[in-house]
Amino acid sequence: MAIAETPGHHSRIVQLSKSPTGIDGFDQVAGGGLPAGRPTLVCGGAGCGKTLFAISFLVHGATRFDEPGVFMSFDESGDELAQNVASLGFDLPGLVEKKKLVLDHVKIERREIEETGDYDLEGLFVRLGYAIDSIGARRVVLDTIESLFAGLANQSILRAELRRLFRWLKDRGVTAMITGERGEGTLTRQGLEEYVSDAVIVLDHRVTEQISTRRLRIVKYRGSAHGTNEYPFLIDEDGLSVLPVTSIGLTHDASSERISTGVARLDMMLGGRGYFRGSTILVSGTAGAGKSSLAAHFLDAACRRGERCLAFVFEESPQQVVRNMRSIGIDLQRWVERGLLEFHAARPSLHGLEMHLSRMHRAIDRFQPSVVVLDPVSSLLRVAQQTDVQATLTPASRTAGPSTSRPTWRSRRSWTPGSC
Amino acid sequence: MAVPSAETQILRLYIAGQTPRSIKAFANLKKICEDHLIGKYQIEVIDLIQNPQLAAGDQILAVPTLVRRLPEPVRRIIGDLSHTDRVLVGLDIRPAS
Ligand SMILES: Nc1ncnc2c1ncn2[C@@H]1O[C@H](COP(=O)(O)OP(=O)(O)OP(=O)(O)O)[C@@H](O)[C@H]1O
Ligand SMILES: [Mg+2]
Repeated sequence: MAIAETPGHHSRIVQLSKSPTGIDGFDQVAGGGLPAGRPTLVCGGAGCGKTLFAISFLVHGATRFDEPGVFMSFDESGDELAQNVASLGFDLPGLVEKKKLVLDHVKIERREIEETGDYDLEGLFVRLGYAIDSIGARRVVLDTIESLFAGLANQSILRAELRRLFRWLKDRGVTAMITGERGEGTLTRQGLEEYVSDAVIVLDHRVTEQISTRRLRIVKYRGSAHGTNEYPFLIDEDGLSVLPVTSIGLTHDASSERISTGVARLDMMLGGRGYFRGSTILVSGTAGAGKSSLAAHFLDAACRRGERCLAFVFEESPQQVVRNMRSIGIDLQRWVERGLLEFHAARPSLHGLEMHLSRMHRAIDRFQPSVVVLDPVSSLLRVAQQTDVQATLTPASRTAGPSTSRPTWRSRRSWTPGSC
Repeated sequence: MAVPSAETQILRLYIAGQTPRSIKAFANLKKICEDHLIGKYQIEVIDLIQNPQLAAGDQILAVPTLVRRLPEPVRRIIGDLSHTDRVLVGLDIRPAS
């Protein structure tokens, strides 16, 4: 996918060694991954996806990058964790068995603990060190170590020991992820950002008008270029994926090849040759103006050339589209049957914008079309702020590669497409 | 100062190396037991530097940690055991005030 070509790769020599998370999109945004051999702080509100982010980092490390990992949980037990991620296809018990993963649940009950004088947390260090050594771990997750503040009374010992712990992790050269819950006016409740200063990632989960939106932002990344926008991410049955859409620069190739619009007179008007291949075309007009018909001509022409086409329709079913187009003499059904044309129909209100985009992204990635149609793009306005659509839509479709041409069209005149 | 039950207290003291703090904790523990539990206790000292695999099983984080394994319920007392009163409360030898 063209998505790998982020500005970070082009404009700077990345010197810091990176530890890839294997999370779709994230590694592109982070210029290759987390800082290898250093701790990274991942913070956000309750339920925003911290644990899932962390476990994905470890599971991918173990399965794809030959880097075993230790998950030290201060919240869920190992069993709970395994159950929670089983639906994402992560087999934690299997990885534990193969010595690719250690799950250690650190349980502390304030009620059960009496504090009588001076102590340190060497027990935690020994425990973590032993877990690391037992499988030769290269990655460590502490989720979320802030729970210790509720379990231990002596906060000054705790703070001094945490400082020592993060230094110790660095000395051991493991790539560590530390999670923390967002505080009032601070990134984490206990100010962990003071101790972990190499990289900080903030996750956010908002629900607006009953549609949920998850976002990720890299607040800080020492010694590395990184995207600074808020990137939408989603959690679904395929796990966590980040849409690095806004990080894609204007570096794609501009083809001078032309392809037919499917309407001879329109080709004539466009210099006699049609649209530029790889360009984005917005077709705008009132209801019934013929936007869908224009798209059908374009699809038909592309299929006649033997090119693969993907059509995302938001207001009609594929059957309706095929029937309506037959009435103007275009037989789209035969292209569907030959596997050249694929329809994806989804009601706009079914998902938030991120989910729509991510699904489109995946469909394009799988089908590898050379032509994509969105009908009508204005439907997505119903589920998103206008700025979101502008920021995400054009680059998202560009990631399909420079050979893609797509006319986008809409049913209402109220939207100015801006940079699209 | 009656012990609530005649059962023997099975105590484990977790340390990480022979540090001044762990030596102090052991001395404090020994004295408390001699003063209050004479003949009714067993102390096992576990050095995590030598047996790191034992830290997870007993949920050890802090050292020194004294774990009373029996009688139930299990109790955990962390620190160098220099507050005798708190240790006595922790071991149910003296009620919490
Ligand atoms: N299999 C799944 N399919 C879809 N969504 C899922 C799945 N598993 C988890 N989620 C979503 O992920 C969210 C929880 O993620 P996670 O446990 O990583 O959050 P967290 O930030 O660690 O939360 P906490 O603050 O409770 O620790 C859930 O709210 C749920 O919406
Ligand atoms: Mg969590």
